[in-house]
Formats: sequence, C-alpha cells, structure tokens
Amino acid sequence: MPFELLWRVFPSTRHSLIEAASSHAGIGAEAMNALLEIYWQPCYRYILVRFLRPHEQAEDLVQGFFAALLEQDLLSRYDVGKGPFRSYLRACLDHFVLKNHRDETREKRGGGKTVALDTHDAASEDGTPEEIFYREWQRSMFSLAIEDLRQLCQETGRQVRFEIFAAYDLAEQSRPNYDQLAEAHSLAVTTVTNHLAWARREMRRLLELRVASVTPGESERRREVRLLLS
Amino acid sequence: MNLPDQTLAHLREVVAQPDLSNTPYEMVDFIGRGGMGAVYRVRDTRLDRHVALKVIDASPLAEARLLAQLEHPGIVPVYDAGTLADGRSYCAMRLVDGVRLDVFLLDEHTLSERLSLFEKICEAVAFAHNCGVIHRDLKPQNVMVGAFGEVVVLDWGVAMWKETETGNIAGTPKWMAPEQAAGGAVDPRTDIFALGLLLSEILGCSAPKPLAAIANKASSAEPEQRYASVELLLAELRRYQDRLRVFAYRESLGEKAVRFAARNSVLLLLLATYVAVRILLFFL
Repeated sequence: MPFELLWRVFPSTRHSLIEAASSHAGIGAEAMNALLEIYWQPCYRYILVRFLRPHEQAEDLVQGFFAALLEQDLLSRYDVGKGPFRSYLRACLDHFVLKNHRDETREKRGGGKTVALDTHDAASEDGTPEEIFYREWQRSMFSLAIEDLRQLCQETGRQVRFEIFAAYDLAEQSRPNYDQLAEAHSLAVTTVTNHLAWARREMRRLLELRVASVTPGESERRREVRLLLS
Repeated sequence: MNLPDQTLAHLREVVAQPDLSNTPYEMVDFIGRGGMGAVYRVRDTRLDRHVALKVIDASPLAEARLLAQLEHPGIVPVYDAGTLADGRSYCAMRLVDGVRLDVFLLDEHTLSERLSLFEKICEAVAFAHNCGVIHRDLKPQNVMVGAFGEVVVLDWGVAMWKETETGNIAGTPKWMAPEQAAGGAVDPRTDIFALGLLLSEILGCSAPKPLAAIANKASSAEPEQRYASVELLLAELRRYQDRLRVFAYRESLGEKAVRFAARNSVLLLLLATYVAVRILLFFL
C-alpha cells in the first residue's frame, strides 16, 4: 500500500510513530504501518470501554502505547507459542494503561499511594471489552482489505468489478439482485456473478496478505485467517 | 471505512465461502466448522448427488490421501480431492445421513444399544490402527449415527500415520490424552484414551461398575495403564456382555455369585427343578 494512502487513512497524530519506527532498529516503518492500521481502532475502542476514558484521552493513550511498543521493544518479546499476537498486544495495552495511571496518580500525590484504576470487564450492549477488541480487529482487517481491493481494481482497470462488489456486498440497506446489477452495468448476469466471485476471491487473498504482514509464522497466519472468517 | 456490523457479518460469510468455479460442485448449504476447516453440503453436478465438501486451508490433500487408504463401513469414504480456485484444498466425502453422537445420546437408549454403538466405533478405530492410522480427535461430535444404527467416524483432519513424528499438538483439549496435550509421542493408546472418555459419555452416569472400570482403565493418564490395543478393549467389553469376569474390575463375592447365577441361569433353573421334583417324589 503506498504511503499517500496511509496518510489519508490515518490522522496526523500517528505519523510521528511511523517516523520513529523507520529509525528504530527492531521494527521497520512498513511493519509499524501495518500494525497501526490494524490495531489502532481496536486499541482505541478497547480503552474507551474497558477503562472508560474520554475520547481524547483514549487517543493519547493509544498513541503513547504504540510509542512504548517501539521504545521498550515489546514486539520482540512476543512468543508465538504462548498464544495469538492479538492477545499479547491486548495484554501489553492493559499493562501500559495501568502503569500510566499509576504514574499519573503518583505524580499528583507527590509520590504517595496510588489509587486503583476502575476497569470494566462486564459485558455492555456491545459485548465484553475483549469481544469489542476482537470485533474491531475484524472490522479493521476487512476495511483495509476493501481499500486494497479498491486500489487493485483502480490500478488494473477493473473498476466495474469493484462497483459491483461494493453495490452488492457492501450494501448497508437493501441489496440489489444480480439482474439489477447486470442491467445497471450493461452486463450479462453470469458476468456479474463472475465479477463477484473474483472480488471475493481477491478479498480473501488481500486479507491473508494483511494478516501475514503482522503475523509471525505460517500456522499463526492460518489460525488468524480462520478466526477472521469463522 | 467504518463497516456496519451487518455488512461485516455478510462479508465474513461470503469471503469464507469456497470458490467452486473450477469444480463440478454447486453450493447447497453450510454444515459446520471444525478445527481444520469448514464443511459444506454441495451438489455433485456430474452425478447429481449431494456430497459433503470439506474445505481445508492446511496441508493439501493429506486427509484425502489418508482416508483413501481406509475402506471400512465405519469410516467416511472420500470421493474426490483437489485445489479450489482460491488456493484452498477440498475433499469431497460421502454425506452421512444421521445425527451426531452427542445429539443421539440426548434420547433414551438401552444399555445394549449404547454398547453396540460403542463397539462399532471401536471396530472402525481398530481398523484404522491396523492400517497404521491414529485418529487423534475422537469425540462425540466426530461420530455420526445413521438411521439404521450404522456408525461412521468422521473428521480425520488431524489423523496421522503411526510412524510419523508429531511435534504439533492437534485435537480437542477435552478429549486429548495427556501425552497428546503435552506434544509428546502418540500411538494407538492415545485414541484408546479418547475411547475411554467416549465410553463414559455413552454410558452416562448410571453405568454398571464393571463398564465404568473399563472406561476408567482405557482413559488412564499413563499410556501403560491403558489397554494396549482397541481389540483388547473390545475383548473386555465382550467379556462383560458374556457375563465373564472383567479384568479391569475387582468384584466382591456377592457380585461374583450374582454374575455366576446370571451366566448359568438355565443350569441353575434345571437344577432347582430337579431338586424340587426329587423332594416332591420323596413325599409322595
């Protein structure tokens, strides 16, 4: 994915992290990009729900968390055998927010006792914080794969395929039928079904590429793809 | 892009669906998902029949090749295997018409029906072992019971050849033998452990003590404590059915007498009749 697109996707607050990543020995800018793209939103929503932080503070905490990931070289400590990377990242995030809270209260009280941070593990209407993190991770992955597909179609002159895919599979309200799509694009119905099959196949491939960009090892990649789609 | 939940759910469903464009199959519906992939009901357009299509994103064709070696009425037969247009592997198998064992067990069944069912599972697993294959994921969800009481063992996705080194941990934690869960060497006794648990499940909480002892021995933590082969486990079960002594169970004198009486009921009845007649004749 070209950098221009990344700048469009991400708010400017995240640029500094990517710049830091490029100068860091442990992780390259490209890998950090991929990580940010996928995990920014899940981390942000998770902090909102689990730690009940206001939006601005949650944004700052996510920013600080990714900076800490680089500074403390936390990514290199991940052990594939101990579970999915997502869980490791969430555990690091928990640790980071709690430590941040401890440091803040110590500062306020001049080094005195810290006050415990309220955490909310109970399920809300949208699910538990863990479920929300997981669902946001899926949403990020699919959103990015859709952008990749859009770009692929644009670069290879297959915009019609993307339009059909968007009209059918991304429809939020009523979904048009194949006949309507065929008529709208002056195509045969079989061509519409072929275009849709192609787009879905490409979506799967692009999702796998996205997973591979932030997942160490083949078996972990397979597990993550299975989780995304099951 | 902020995908609404509904759109996300639809996308996950359509992207996960196998691309059948280069196969002779047509999608009918989704059957279920296992550890190694998803299973769909599809129509074979060449033969106009429904088959079960397992889509796997693991080692291509391994399960199909292994299953092709196991021709047994208790093992689901494989019809075809190949690679889909989306790069995943598929394996077409007979669509077993019936209910899963865990669902089947929800209904009332006699002890002899339950034992007969378990014996059929054992026979299929014993056959696989004799062919050099270990299932490694035996559980009620992987056994289908047909309308005529036939039993088919499914999901050989993590099965392996006996002589293969493992290194990987595969199976379902609840049904895994300790050595399997620890990633150690597995052998037929690993399946015997799961068969022991399966026997307990099939018998329920009102299992006769000797049968419970057989199940406990089969699912011992130490492989050396288990039956050395499925045939030995079956032989022990048949001893119980023939009212012979079950080696896994130490019976009391009273139990021995009851078993002896039950086993020799005709003889005892004849003896009692003879004694009664003699007494009657004595007084006449």
